[in-house]
Amino acid sequence: MLHYFLKRLISLGLSLVAASVVIFLALEVVPGDPASYMLGLNAQEDTLNALRQELGLNGTILERYVSWAGGLLTGDFGTSYTYRTPVAGMIGDRLWVSLPLALYALILSTLIAFPAGIWAAARRGTAADATVMGVTQLGVAIPNFWFAMLMVLVFAINLRWFSAGGFPGWDAGFFVAMKALTLPAIALALPQASILTRVMRSSLLDTLNEDFIRTARAKGLTKGQALWRHAVRNALIPVLTILGLQFSFLLAGAIIIENVFFLPGLGRLVFQSISARDLIVVESIVMLLVFAVILVNFAVDMAYAWVDPRLRRRR
Amino acid sequence: MSLLLHSRTLLPGLVLTLVFTGAALISLVWVPYDITVLDIASRMKPPSWVHPFGTDQFGRDILSMIMEGARTSIAVALVAVGIGMVIGVPFGLAAAVRKGGLMDEVIMRGNDLVFAFPSLLIAVMITAVFGASALNAIIAIGIFNIPVFARLTRGAALSLWSRDYILAARVAGKGQARISLEHILPNVANLLIVQGTIQFSLGILAEAGLSYVGLGAQPPIASWGRMLADSQTMISLAPHLALFPGLAILLTVLGLNLLGDGLRDALDPKLRRARV
Repeated sequence: MLHYFLKRLISLGLSLVAASVVIFLALEVVPGDPASYMLGLNAQEDTLNALRQELGLNGTILERYVSWAGGLLTGDFGTSYTYRTPVAGMIGDRLWVSLPLALYALILSTLIAFPAGIWAAARRGTAADATVMGVTQLGVAIPNFWFAMLMVLVFAINLRWFSAGGFPGWDAGFFVAMKALTLPAIALALPQASILTRVMRSSLLDTLNEDFIRTARAKGLTKGQALWRHAVRNALIPVLTILGLQFSFLLAGAIIIENVFFLPGLGRLVFQSISARDLIVVESIVMLLVFAVILVNFAVDMAYAWVDPRLRRRR
Repeated sequence: MSLLLHSRTLLPGLVLTLVFTGAALISLVWVPYDITVLDIASRMKPPSWVHPFGTDQFGRDILSMIMEGARTSIAVALVAVGIGMVIGVPFGLAAAVRKGGLMDEVIMRGNDLVFAFPSLLIAVMITAVFGASALNAIIAIGIFNIPVFARLTRGAALSLWSRDYILAARVAGKGQARISLEHILPNVANLLIVQGTIQFSLGILAEAGLSYVGLGAQPPIASWGRMLADSQTMISLAPHLALFPGLAILLTVLGLNLLGDGLRDALDPKLRRARV
């Protein structure tokens, strides 16, 4: 296990370095100089130089990469070109909206998918199963930002149960803040819950065909007992993998949903930064999200190996 | 034909897909109204015989915009699948030639790297540098598709390389590239078609999402995602503005997913035998 862990840890490190190089090269080696963009056409050369110095834009590409990557490691993400405040602080504030939103959606999709998947698998081939499969087929195909707009129309504008957008902040109280995140979280969770339901169902159906289920039934367990005591637990492994992978998609997907509800999260920040050509902010947010994807994948791999010892030897 | 009738999903999937590709093709030569002409007098009209899907805030015919939007969606998603296949499949074939070899390692690690970038983030990066356009949406979704096809091809090809007929081809003196092309590729084609359909539907969703947040096609090109973005502030006054573009996306994606499921059943001989 330790050998496997160390091997995966090295590969994790290499992935992070490679991803940071790709992001840095893509966004830093661009035509156009942020300093002259900020100061306009009539800027004096010495003013430009002073600003470049301040933003850390002087020096070779390698020097700039090392200083940027070194900064990331110590939590210094640089200074925003437009707001002139530390990027780390800006991201930190927004993260308190995006991260809870993604977690909320993850919990919702689990709460929907587990019972729905188990319910459908236990009633394979019946109308109930067909209904669940039909609904998930729709859930996968529906654009979640459109579903979000329809929910706003029904629950915010017509029924007035929720506000149509905005975020009061966590200072307003936990439940007030969670209420503001509820519609966005449902919209975000819907496609993921549909996928997860299908995975849960098919994984459970595979497990129900295994010999140990027949053995359990032969020793006198009812269908329900065999399902709950033996099948569900064994079917969970692939489901957990998908669940882990979904978290990174939820974090990225939040970027679009935040725009529907005007939530002050990472998504809003990234689009504001794009239009202001505040590349350092875009760079940091993309790096943070890619870092999250890679880290979650690593965690899923490790959890998988921990649960299923055969995997440690396979690679 | 009997396959069409046997599968519960193939026929509805095919019909929906044909409706939307048909609409896109017809829009090349004809649309009910010119969508570049504004008609303020008849703005935000609900659906009627004159305008079956109503008109938008500038008096443009929504049916015409949906037809042209279908063209954008389908073109973006189709080219993105093409990029993924043309680059991903050769990489997958090359990686499978020697499992665990240097080539395999390099390609698969590169794959893992690209996989860590959701298409939305690729689009964000490209747009931050070059500005928003339909072309950038195509590139972003296309890049995202590359590792999908590379992995699929590699996985399927690996199991084929141990087959007897491949051994026979090697004994006959065929090189690795020729075997990959003449024997491996035709045998993974079915899988690629099925996955292509799925990536096509994901591409439609991705394009809609990107143009919704302003990272996709720009005016005057019609796009479903931007129609939805434009309708958002008017949704309480004129819900039909948001209803039809959303339904168009939903039905197109649903159609492609059903088609993909149906094709998988139809093209997989094991499943077919099992049913008979």
